Amino acid sequence: MPTKTLAGTPVDTDDEGYLVNHSQWNKDVAAALAAEEGITLTDGHWKVLDFIDTDFKERSVVPGMRRLNKVGNIPTKDLYALFPDGPIKKAARISGYPKPVSCV
Amino acid sequence: MSDKIQKVSIIVSKGSLDGIYPGLIMGNGARMEGIEANLFFTFFGLYAILKKYMGSIKIATVGNPAMRVPDAKGFPLPTILGALPGMSAFATHMMNKEMEALDIPPIPEFIEMIHDAGGKIYACKATVDMFHLDLTDFCPQMDKVLTVGEFYEISAGGQIIFT
Repeated sequence: MPTKTLAGTPVDTDDEGYLVNHSQWNKDVAAALAAEEGITLTDGHWKVLDFIDTDFKERSVVPGMRRLNKVGNIPTKDLYALFPDGPIKKAARISGYPKPVSCV
Repeated sequence: MSDKIQKVSIIVSKGSLDGIYPGLIMGNGARMEGIEANLFFTFFGLYAILKKYMGSIKIATVGNPAMRVPDAKGFPLPTILGALPGMSAFATHMMNKEMEALDIPPIPEFIEMIHDAGGKIYACKATVDMFHLDLTDFCPQMDKVLTVGEFYEISAGGQIIFT
């Protein structure tokens, strides 16, 4: 299991760079993960990351696009604008959660 | 990965629920992976983007030997029973419930989601002519009516998937 240091914090990741231990995550780690994707986090990004965080703690699964739309009130267009070319995968990784397992 | 798929063009040619969803799921899934996606609706598949009909697409309960009731591991549904009035509506209702639970959107919402995700929605010119349709019949997400030639031009350099 690869270990790397992000924003001064050592983190364990899987082979695709998803954190395996959410307790190693913090906002600076998120910013460092986002930078790896070429993303600078703004309030718009944090709205998505905060929703994923709340929802994952409740249901133990990364929310899909429709749940982000309907429950998180975040439109599809915004998600693609904030996290281009793979919104949910990228947002899940930056939030410190596993790779999404849903097809939709 | 150097061998990542860059672009897919998906042809949806069937108008039943099970004929339409696979193309939509693959098209949406492509966008979720950052893959460019074109969806080309032809023949009865066109009903998926006709605003009057796209919300009432049904499963075919006749001529489908894999169809089982009351669920996927139940008894085979004989064709003669599948033909009973209401059977298709009932099977569709059951499947919609399962899909709702998995957060798979109904067809109109799914088309909107794919379009908002940057996927392109195209209609087949030959079918539009054959069915005597015009632009007012389509959902607002339909980008353009294409000839087969234009479809191949747009698909150049990518993968073409027929469903």
